Amino acid sequence: MKKAKINNNNVLLLITIVLFVVMYLAGCVVYADKGFTRMQTFLNILISNAGLISVTCGMTCVMLTGGIDISVGSLVALDCMIMAVGVEKMGMGSPVLMAFILVIGVVFGAVQGFCIAYLEIQPFIVTMAGMFFARGMTAVLSTQQISITSDALFTKLAGMKVEFPFGGYVNTKGILQVPYVRVTVVVALVVVLAIFFLLNYTRFGRSIYAVGGNQQSATLMGLDVKKTQLKTYILCSFLTSIGGICFCLNTMNGTVGQATGLEMSAISSAVIGGTLLTGGVGNVFGSLFGVLINGTISSLVQTNGKLISSWANIVTAILLCFFILLQAVFAKIKERNK
Amino acid sequence: MSNLKKLTKMRLFLPIFSMILVMAINVVYDIASGNAPFNFFTISLNNGVLYGRLIDVLNRGSEVAILAVGMTLVVSASAGTDISVGSVMSLTGGMCCMLLAGYGVTNVSEYAMPLWVGIGAGILVACACGLFNGFLVAYMNIQPMVATLILWSAGRAIGLLLCNSQIVYVRVESFQKIGAYVGAIPTPILIAAAVVIIAALVLRFTALGTYIQSVGINKKASRIAGLSSAKIILLCYVICGLCAGIAGTVATARIYSADTNNIGLNMELDAILSVALGGNSLGGGKFNLAGSIIGAYTIQAITTTLYALGVSSAQAPVFKAIVVILIVVIQAEPVKEFFKKRAAKKTVEGGVQA
Repeated sequence: MKKAKINNNNVLLLITIVLFVVMYLAGCVVYADKGFTRMQTFLNILISNAGLISVTCGMTCVMLTGGIDISVGSLVALDCMIMAVGVEKMGMGSPVLMAFILVIGVVFGAVQGFCIAYLEIQPFIVTMAGMFFARGMTAVLSTQQISITSDALFTKLAGMKVEFPFGGYVNTKGILQVPYVRVTVVVALVVVLAIFFLLNYTRFGRSIYAVGGNQQSATLMGLDVKKTQLKTYILCSFLTSIGGICFCLNTMNGTVGQATGLEMSAISSAVIGGTLLTGGVGNVFGSLFGVLINGTISSLVQTNGKLISSWANIVTAILLCFFILLQAVFAKIKERNK
Repeated sequence: MSNLKKLTKMRLFLPIFSMILVMAINVVYDIASGNAPFNFFTISLNNGVLYGRLIDVLNRGSEVAILAVGMTLVVSASAGTDISVGSVMSLTGGMCCMLLAGYGVTNVSEYAMPLWVGIGAGILVACACGLFNGFLVAYMNIQPMVATLILWSAGRAIGLLLCNSQIVYVRVESFQKIGAYVGAIPTPILIAAAVVIIAALVLRFTALGTYIQSVGINKKASRIAGLSSAKIILLCYVICGLCAGIAGTVATARIYSADTNNIGLNMELDAILSVALGGNSLGGGKFNLAGSIIGAYTIQAITTTLYALGVSSAQAPVFKAIVVILIVVIQAEPVKEFFKKRAAKKTVEGGVQA
């Protein structure tokens, strides 16, 4: 039998999964009386973070190439605003708007990717400008909060439940509550699977890893580094747009202040999930668990009820710090072994 | 032709050019809207204090200018940016007001503690934040942007915690004065001037500036040459934290309250932008403090102009984004090379014709 090789990268992923399980079980023990043990609590974490999962997948791909994209939060806000303005002010149908949002994502990513790959500008600066631009454009579209109510298909999609045949419980009124997830969760999980397949079994996916691992050797291997980078940024913005649609289905409105700090949630989820900031190492499943850990923390703080919500930020930051330090330590060990 | 080229090659060309451009737009706007053509530059004395758009730019730009000093050093030494400064500003404000008002109190007209304790503690916390960032970057070899990401999200959250998620008002005159006027001149202008002058003197009369540039150009070589690269990077981050602390105190005193959610919001972006606008390479190495300071006031002038043109504060980022992209695209190596090649081709063709 072949022994599974445990290297540093697997260890990071393992720590993440263990941490999530421990954190969730601790929540179950401490808040058992507040319904934390119910399956729906777990599913709610998935529902409220469906958009973030898709965004984090894109972020993971970009981080694998050694780059970063901080424009995602603003792009999500722009997506929601396009949806809201399109439906409410212009009376357009939601399928057209969804397609339009996806196209915007591709164009946005192409412009950013071109600046980063072919003009060799630092990713952080380019995407910072993208962040400004998208947030500002959101305000140009409208500075008010617009609720999406008049599109029948969109409302139906948002309200649709995918019910589970098991794990239900009877509430105080004696009605059976069946656990369910929203459509957005299904979309998010499909994205995770698709990106997992893409990264591991396609030429493009493998070149992402190669470019992130070492640009020079990737070039020597005959890979088109610039093209790979460009395609990765397009992919990231495209996935962000999918995430934006999911986000919009959850919130059902568009405002300027929407999804602020989402880029940081995505980055911290990817880092906690074991994606190396220097590129080349990472896994979308790790990122999924990263999002779940973030979601569990805010869910715990919410369930507690007495804590100020900023505690969730602080705990996430501490975790992020811990994982970054862990990565640094592993990098040092690797260097010493060379 | 060669004179023009010499001019554009000058280090302060970009910031000064953009400043003049912004002012010209103002003059054109004033003429177009029927105001006096130099409305932007008029300074008058109303109620014993200086008044005018130029003063407003100088006053409102103080925080960005102070931040730009620290950010310039950080960018130069570590080839990265400190994105936590906005959050640290908010944390400083929270700490300061919490001490001055007492925990959980939201509105006071008398200090619970002497003024210097509050301000001192606030700035000390900011320095500690800088120390934390610096440690991660210098000793743990973590990318600056990622290391400062931790405090970017935690700083504001801790500030909220200190203020119990409320806005804490400190309505005492001596505190308000820091954000208001000394005589006829706005205090923030004086504080910003003091910070800039001290920084300039230190960099001019000690070897620190040279050390920082040398570490930024080549960390390893500097270490071999006998400089403690890590210590110098650490010092830069602490200075950046200190600047964020001072800026945070000014921003807090201006509204005499710790509005933790809004103090220093997006300020890190303005600070980074002023460094880039000042003609500094974001890849580290040589820096130009004067450029950054001019860059900071240029950004404030852009913001003020946009407001004057009727663009709302939420829409202004679109223009800032376009400015950023234009600046970095001009500075990008492949673009420079492209124009160089074209220029060379032209000279060759011209030579053939002659």
